[in-house]
Amino acid sequence: MDNPSLRELQQPLLAGVGCGPPLQKPGEPQLGPPFRETAFAESLRGWQFLPPPVPSVSAGLGELGPPDLEDASSSDSDSDCDGGSLLSPLLPHDHLGLAVFSMLCCFWPVGIAAFCLAQKHPQRQEQQHFPSLDDKPQFPGASAEFIDKLEFIQPNVISGIPVYRVMDRQGQIINPSEDPHLPQEKVLKFYKSMTLLNTMDRILYESQRQGRISFYMTNYGEEGTHVGSAAALDNTDLVFGQYREAGVLMYRDYPLELFMAQCYGNVSDPGKGRQMPVHYGCKDRHFVTISSPLATQIPQAVGAAYAAKRANANRVVICYFGEGAASEGDAHAGFNFAATLECPIIFFCRNNGYAISTPTSEQYRGDGIAARGPGYGIMSIRVDGNDVFAVYNATKEARRRAVAENQPFLIEAMTYRIGHHSTSDDSSAYRSVDEVNYWDKQDHPISRLRHYLQSRGWWDDEQEKAWRKQSRKKVMEAFEQAERKPKPNPNLLFSDVYQEMPTQLRKQQEALARHLQTYGEHYPLDHFEKKSSRTPGAGLPHVSLTACRSSKCPGSDLTASSR
Amino acid sequence: MAAIAATAGRLLRLRAAGAEGQWCRLRGAGLQAASAAGDAAQRRHVAHFTFQPDPEPQEYGQTQKMNLFQAITSALDNSLAKDPTAVIFGEDVAFGGVFRCTVGLRDKYGKDRVFNTPLCEQGIVGFGIGIAVTGATAIAEIQFADYIFPAFDQVHVIREVASMAQEKLGVSCEVIDLRTILPWDVDTVCKSVIKTGRLLISHEAPLTGGFASEISSTVQEECFLNLEAPISRVCGYDTPFPHIFEPFYIPDKWKCYDALRKMINY
Repeated sequence: MDNPSLRELQQPLLAGVGCGPPLQKPGEPQLGPPFRETAFAESLRGWQFLPPPVPSVSAGLGELGPPDLEDASSSDSDSDCDGGSLLSPLLPHDHLGLAVFSMLCCFWPVGIAAFCLAQKHPQRQEQQHFPSLDDKPQFPGASAEFIDKLEFIQPNVISGIPVYRVMDRQGQIINPSEDPHLPQEKVLKFYKSMTLLNTMDRILYESQRQGRISFYMTNYGEEGTHVGSAAALDNTDLVFGQYREAGVLMYRDYPLELFMAQCYGNVSDPGKGRQMPVHYGCKDRHFVTISSPLATQIPQAVGAAYAAKRANANRVVICYFGEGAASEGDAHAGFNFAATLECPIIFFCRNNGYAISTPTSEQYRGDGIAARGPGYGIMSIRVDGNDVFAVYNATKEARRRAVAENQPFLIEAMTYRIGHHSTSDDSSAYRSVDEVNYWDKQDHPISRLRHYLQSRGWWDDEQEKAWRKQSRKKVMEAFEQAERKPKPNPNLLFSDVYQEMPTQLRKQQEALARHLQTYGEHYPLDHFEKKSSRTPGAGLPHVSLTACRSSKCPGSDLTASSR
Repeated sequence: MAAIAATAGRLLRLRAAGAEGQWCRLRGAGLQAASAAGDAAQRRHVAHFTFQPDPEPQEYGQTQKMNLFQAITSALDNSLAKDPTAVIFGEDVAFGGVFRCTVGLRDKYGKDRVFNTPLCEQGIVGFGIGIAVTGATAIAEIQFADYIFPAFDQVHVIREVASMAQEKLGVSCEVIDLRTILPWDVDTVCKSVIKTGRLLISHEAPLTGGFASEISSTVQEECFLNLEAPISRVCGYDTPFPHIFEPFYIPDKWKCYDALRKMINY
């Protein structure tokens, strides 16, 4: 029935108002508050373009009466939306009511028209500028339904987020469709990286005990988290670590010589002897220098990811941290920034059970770190960190999507810190030796992978024996070499603080030089690199070290081809 | 580590036989890294010096010899015994702390009074403030974990320098351990400078903007006409604290002695 008045009735009410499902831009991922809020924002904007209401509705009903003075002056009814009723108080103010009334009065056209409109805008009140707010919350802060039952959400910590794994503890693939089917050469590289790291850890820990280096942190038990994730990244993906991620560098073929150089602070150290041991950094391998204060790397990693996005670099940033560091305020800031600014970043949490002496039961009361991700709107997963294939699969998929969709991913890798926190710690003061032994013997990433290799016939006891000997030999050679090298020239204490050394600092440098001329016998100058020329009294020449260039660095034997 | 026997503001006078010549005021404040016990020639080198325990004071009754960390533990023990509202919290305090300052306290006073917090310094400080707002006593431990070696007190360096000055230059020094920086004991320092005419200030923190500049500024305001030589500051350099270059960075006894010598010869 093509009733002109029906069309008149329809037109103004259809303009710009959407109460349907939120629109999704094609190709963008599902869900997430941003899109629904956008829909709200759009529909809210639509309100601005609302036509003047009512007169056209009542057109079919005959003359409008004057505003009802009683209604207009009444104050205790919900007359906020009324604003002066333009309809006779006798008529229903809603479409459905009007429809029924009209039908009863046999005003069929009006009745049908009003009924149609009632379907489109079930609760719209004539006199209002906004639709009824009854059926759906309009809060800008959240998108949700109303509930009329008082219920607190119970945090689920008993059966929390499940732990994804590919291999069982004996290295057997559980679900064949999850086997990444990596080639032998690659899996051997996993194994050799983890074991070489383990060997280097043993030797450097001992060297600290003997007073040869000042400090060390081992990676025992967490080698799988390093290697599995590193293998799933591109070589140019930027890595921000905390301090227990040396396996990532190992996988990227960072030479033993340079690991040692940093720990010894000798002339070959690209860091020029300025940082405590294990504070590695390598620009060429895209591994940002380790910084002591915890969790400071997290917001930094997010900023780097944002810049990578803008540069269309097809690059992800991975940010490692422990479950303890996740308690820092910087972690909250990083997560929130990454989500709101849509950054291609993987947050990789190594949940190893302890933050020095603090167990997880004293670190958090929720379902670990993975459960926090959804709170920020971040895609999250929990994996078995001692299963190198699980770590690999999760990181691989996270990387693909983070870059494709410009959104952060959170991976919580469950593992166990088998070693002490550092050489300054004795963990027998707060945990039992039995507990440590369990993890060392029953659930270790290296042995699980070895079982996998052996069951495939890619490794055997003989090769194991030979490799242990070879890797130990390589580590010892690098170690002895590092010991023999001198420390960098003390002038390097002053350089690289500023682009151009300010006068004040140059004066301090000169003062030290003069001091050493008189009192040099009291300083261990023999262990530090001499300068080729020294002019007393004049400005001292800078000694610049060649920064680590991968082409000049001795390669490692882990892979046949260099990177 | 030797404990400092002097109370705040007290002077420690160093006298050697036949003291003569000018008095020279030395002051030490702040902490710097200690050497480890390792003494093999090939081993790592840090500025090293000899610790000497303070002489046993006579005016306090029975005393017990302890190092700095033990003294802290003892003070915490006393506080918790005396004040039932007092609580100790921070990272890793429950098992005794990374510097062993809370050993035994959790067993003695219970887990509601000596407890670990999550890893969050801003949280620890805020939490502590909140406790104090209610009138209870908050004792927060802020941990630097492995980032500083066990600290030794700059005062020991200064005392050694004072000995050297006496020995080699015949100069007597007054050593002041400042103890606090805000407020700091202006009167003690100025009285001493008025007497000696020279002041050397030393701390490990960098020179520019370091606390020695505050002291120097105030002393030249108060004692300008008493000064025989410019005030000397022996501090760290304006760089981040370096690892392997520590022996060169530290304001050690040789740098302090050299500065003192130059002041005497000004």
